[in-house]
Amino acid sequence: MYNNHFEIFELPVSFDINKDTLAQRYRDLQRAVHPDKYANAPDRDRRLAMQKTVQINEAFQTLKNPLTRAGYLLHLQGIDQNDGIMDGEFLMTQMDLREELADIKQKSLPIEAFLSRMEKQMQSLIDTLSQQFAQENWQAAHDSVRQFQFFTRLHEDALRLEEELI
Amino acid sequence: MALLQISEPGQSAAPHQHNLAAGIDLGTTNSLVATVRSGLAETLPDNEGHHLLPSIVHYAKDAAPQVGYAAKAQANIDPLNTIASVKRLMGRGLKDVKTTGTRLPYDFVENEDQGMPMIRTVVGDRSPVQISADILNTLKQRAEKTLGGELTGVVITVPAYFDEAQRQATKDAATLAGLNVLRLLNEPTAAAVAYGLDKSAEGVHAIYDLGGGTFDISILRLQRGVFEVMATAGNSALGGDDFDRAIAQWIMQQAGIADDAEHSHIRELLDIARTAKETLSTNESAPLEIRLEEGSVWQGELSNDQFNQLIDPLIQKTIAPCRRTLRDAGLSTDDINEVVMVGGSTRMPRVREKIGDFFKRTPHVDIDPDKVVAIGAAIQADILAGNKPDDDMLLLDVIPLSLGIETMGGLVEKIIPRNTTIPVARGQDFTTFKDGQTAMAIHVVQGERELVMDCRSLARFELRGIPPMVAGAGRIRVSYQVDADGLLSVSAKEETSGVHSQITVKPSYGLQDNEIERMLKESLEYAEEDVATRTLREQQVEADRVINALRAALKADGQVLLKQHEFLEINTALEDLLKVEQGNDADAIKNAIERINDVTQEFAARRMDASIHQAMKGHRLNDFAENE
Repeated sequence: MYNNHFEIFELPVSFDINKDTLAQRYRDLQRAVHPDKYANAPDRDRRLAMQKTVQINEAFQTLKNPLTRAGYLLHLQGIDQNDGIMDGEFLMTQMDLREELADIKQKSLPIEAFLSRMEKQMQSLIDTLSQQFAQENWQAAHDSVRQFQFFTRLHEDALRLEEELI
Repeated sequence: MALLQISEPGQSAAPHQHNLAAGIDLGTTNSLVATVRSGLAETLPDNEGHHLLPSIVHYAKDAAPQVGYAAKAQANIDPLNTIASVKRLMGRGLKDVKTTGTRLPYDFVENEDQGMPMIRTVVGDRSPVQISADILNTLKQRAEKTLGGELTGVVITVPAYFDEAQRQATKDAATLAGLNVLRLLNEPTAAAVAYGLDKSAEGVHAIYDLGGGTFDISILRLQRGVFEVMATAGNSALGGDDFDRAIAQWIMQQAGIADDAEHSHIRELLDIARTAKETLSTNESAPLEIRLEEGSVWQGELSNDQFNQLIDPLIQKTIAPCRRTLRDAGLSTDDINEVVMVGGSTRMPRVREKIGDFFKRTPHVDIDPDKVVAIGAAIQADILAGNKPDDDMLLLDVIPLSLGIETMGGLVEKIIPRNTTIPVARGQDFTTFKDGQTAMAIHVVQGERELVMDCRSLARFELRGIPPMVAGAGRIRVSYQVDADGLLSVSAKEETSGVHSQITVKPSYGLQDNEIERMLKESLEYAEEDVATRTLREQQVEADRVINALRAALKADGQVLLKQHEFLEINTALEDLLKVEQGNDADAIKNAIERINDVTQEFAARRMDASIHQAMKGHRLNDFAENE
């Protein structure tokens, strides 16, 4: 019944969304369809409630995170974010950063500066994506999403390392 | 005419009925049962006025198992037949139990083919599930005696960090005790319910739950009756027991007691350690007096400083999960409005101090940390039993550990990441990798690590009958679904041919369905009840539900959402069910229910959409008002 995840929350299809509105509408929808509201209903109705809730949860999870939201916008354009190849320059950057992290691990160096650099990179990519999506520049957005994905993974690895170091 | 009878207001409404429901906190050290009476949630005491039931079971030949204080009294006399802290064994394999590094004073049965640890007792080998069922049964009897009737259903709490196998084992224990489980509820979420409703607190809260054997940290957002778990983490093998053990080990060192001391002696030492720990909650030091095996007595003292030194490493172990939940929730300590302490182990002043330091605010301890979980469970049970149809409380919980699948090279591909809100369903496509491949092995795992060997194996199954194709041509869709209890089912389907294979995950260390059935048959309570009678009763209960729900639906929306011919068709199906409902033919009832399900499919979908529309409409009005 819905053409896309945005419709569920009656939001326009856009990378820029109001997070509070999304969260508020999500909670209101859950109040209407959550299986707990059908705890005493017949099996069939409970299954239906479960299906709706799963659908709403999926849509919410996808939209609330900027990376998955961007990937989803590409998907709506028929672009698989995992397709294609990364440009050579960025591959070099990737390798350098991976090496840097390996070095931090090996020598037990402070990791805070590295982490905050990753966070800055991700924040600036969110701004870039916002412009690229507004201009419907899908190809550029595709590249940015894949860079975003790389920084997200690297950031996660760095956080895991930080946990080990503490 | 029946049609009129249904649409006439007042006549179709089911009589208001209060369903007896209870919340059960099945703890490592103590268990409780609570219920809502006259709008007030309270824990239920036994005959002697004890609310806590020690989670200890004593088995003796030719006698019913003793549970609670009576069993506790046997702990030092008959240690091998007195089982305590069984929760630590739930859903675990014998190997896990041995490698946790904690010496458990029981006689385990070495058993290669069954993963579950069995304990040898005078009444035979007992599994953790059976022992837990004995505890649950005692609480069930207490509740039914107090409330004067059979329980319709219960909510049982589990540590948020319990994995799939541990949850399944808990549910199996409830089934074995003859309980209808309305929901497995995470302990910190239950505490938040009790606490949040009591204080009508809004905002972001951290619930720090350190019990006898488990630790959880959950970050929740409370807003207008919705309790949304943002992230959770923990350690399902860390709790007050470990503090006792640390003290006991120190005593052994000081008093020169050998590591291989008798079971009963170690039990005694653990008791002394626990008493010392409790003493230190209010005193600067605790006196110690230990009976040595050769008959002499060792006297000593445990100072607060020494105690802190012993337990600080354990408290420190809870800090990393706290940090991780904050990160997963995308928050810092400044974003937390309040910190709530739950679980008996948070009575230790040192724990409060250290956690207060970490979150930079004084933790709340105003609800009895032993009772708060059971009270929250009772509130949820009351709602799920249908006693509060207009209540707008809603709990949105998450899975604590990522669910994944084994891929080439022993690597894990995550299908549902941790902290995803449940219920949830996700699919992943795989292709065949060999020419003419006709089967695919699917290995379901849980955990955060990248290698399969570092994660918990939940289930293995095979999709067979794939028609031979060239490599890469087959498309296999594997779907994971986690229900509101956090329990997983997995299915796999070859998309081009439609070959289907499905499994509800029965984790390696849980019980198989037929085992549960066998145990049920063995237990006295069910011995006389014929399976057929049970099936009939189940169908009648479902028929009741269907009739009540349909009447209410027709009354509320029949006029608006149904055309005349649809209304008539549904009504005929309803009449048919009413005719067979009181009879003895379970199949006829089942068929009539299925017929209703068929003809009301579209009606149910329309009603669901209408309620969604209503929810969004209410919202648009609010937005409008806010903008003005």
